[in-house]
Amino acid sequence: MQNEQIEIMSDHILLPEGSIEKQTTTLNLGPTHPATHGVFQNILELDGERIMKATSTVGYIHRAFEKIAERRNLYQITPLTDRLNYCSSPLNNIGWHLTCEKLLGVSTPKRVDYLRIIIMELARISDHLICNSIVGVDSGAYSGFLYVMQFRELIYEIYEEICGSRLTTNIGRIGGFERNFTNAAFEKLEKFLDEKSGYPAQLKEFENLFARNRIFMDRTIGCGPITAERAMNYGFTGPNLRAAGVDYDVRVHTPYSSYQDFDFTVPVGTTGDCYDRFLVRNQEMWQSLSILRQAYQKVQEFKGAEAEVYHADVPAYYLPEKKDVYTKMEALIYHFKIIMGETAMPAGEVYHSIEGANGELGYYLISDGGRTPYRLHFRRPCFIYYQAYPELIEGGMLSDAVITMSSLNLIAGELDA
Amino acid sequence: MLTNEIIKQKLTEKFGEQLTDWQEPYGMLTFTAVKEINLKVLQFLFDDAEFKFNFLTDLQAVHYPDNKGAELAVVYHLHNWTDNVRIRFKVYADINQPDVYSATALYQSANFMERETYDFYGVNFVGHPNLIRILNVDEMDYFPMRKEFPLEDQTRIDKDDDMFGR
Repeated sequence: MQNEQIEIMSDHILLPEGSIEKQTTTLNLGPTHPATHGVFQNILELDGERIMKATSTVGYIHRAFEKIAERRNLYQITPLTDRLNYCSSPLNNIGWHLTCEKLLGVSTPKRVDYLRIIIMELARISDHLICNSIVGVDSGAYSGFLYVMQFRELIYEIYEEICGSRLTTNIGRIGGFERNFTNAAFEKLEKFLDEKSGYPAQLKEFENLFARNRIFMDRTIGCGPITAERAMNYGFTGPNLRAAGVDYDVRVHTPYSSYQDFDFTVPVGTTGDCYDRFLVRNQEMWQSLSILRQAYQKVQEFKGAEAEVYHADVPAYYLPEKKDVYTKMEALIYHFKIIMGETAMPAGEVYHSIEGANGELGYYLISDGGRTPYRLHFRRPCFIYYQAYPELIEGGMLSDAVITMSSLNLIAGELDA
Repeated sequence: MLTNEIIKQKLTEKFGEQLTDWQEPYGMLTFTAVKEINLKVLQFLFDDAEFKFNFLTDLQAVHYPDNKGAELAVVYHLHNWTDNVRIRFKVYADINQPDVYSATALYQSANFMERETYDFYGVNFVGHPNLIRILNVDEMDYFPMRKEFPLEDQTRIDKDDDMFGR
């Protein structure tokens, strides 16, 4: 390892006659560098400030989730998915539950679908707002980050009302949610959606600070661009692909969780540079807000007993209520079997994907009819599109590499799994 | 409109007996190809005017230790965005000589995914530009996702499968 590292670092490129230096300078950007917002190592060969060659190394926080999952029951895998993209863990949780439901053949009530959409869109907003404001921080505009941060806090408070935790949420269960949403959760959601004092007003202000700001535009336009063909070939999905001009969105192509009931548009860019990625994410937040309003309205239309529905009827996988466990034989048996992991799942092979905050988040699950998955693979969008990073930054300036990385929204947890 | 039947028919016409084990689990067309022709199948699916499977969604391996002579399966998930059809195909390789042709010339995205598959299962992708470990440490001399490496200490007898459901 040591020798190999030195070997890579001595891999200088000779500069042409007449240059100030004879050869390129090596710079280690990362693994722990404040500008990388995570554990990434990039070995850069620099001519002055221009990047001639980049080599990226990944795997610093690999935690063997796929191996661990082979010894866990379905519900024990949810906390592992939290730690993939930790900026939007509810999306990962719900994607995993949808995969399990597909394997088990469970269909969920409409109210559950709408509640899930509320959570998923809140998670998408919290992920995009971090990404966009970090692009601001890396280009020298710190204040936007502080403006939107208070609303991420509010989103986390909504999670907290529903599942009790904030960052690694472990939200929901196979079949729905662990409990019904409280009034406090809906009140906080209303506060978030409020036109005057809520997130829409703040997002408008944030947008005004950046979208037509001459300094920001000069800084990001033409920085780290990628064409649609290259992006497809590199396996880009999500906002980064849409910024390059391809309107692929899993929510539209393969609707899950009743996304077909909602009216929204898929914003696309043209050049795939940092500025387009910023604009696409920004526009997606507006679309998410619109979906949130529609979903909240649909949830409010359920009255009486229907408004109490928060999970599907899957007794073999959904924990019964505690008071039933103490009084009913059947509930006690299911409780015991779930907790001890004695439920064998049907044999089968299923791939399910959702539109994660960074792109197509896929789960490939093979079950041999045992109690744990035979094989589980996570298709992490970050891991796949990070391959393009050296190509995006080569030939550009060092400072452009930093904002290209933040505008790709690389999350170390998702990269390394 | 591209349906699973059309894909199956057309592929059978082209490759005949080399494609076997046709299934449709949860609606996704799945088949097995002879490992030598994996690139030909990928290229045909990519180039054909009707198929247009030009997005490699995912690539990974599975280890079946009891499947003697074909222990490692490499699984490709392909997606046609025009007609929104997904297919999955597998090639099986002998664990003692797990050579499979690399798809990196066709898909740049296969680069990291093949490195990951090599890292965890030891599939040797022939023609890969830089087939080195990606997530594990470089000194590791085994392939940890293979089934012979149990997650927990197998000498423990207090965790009995019948009682603890593992």
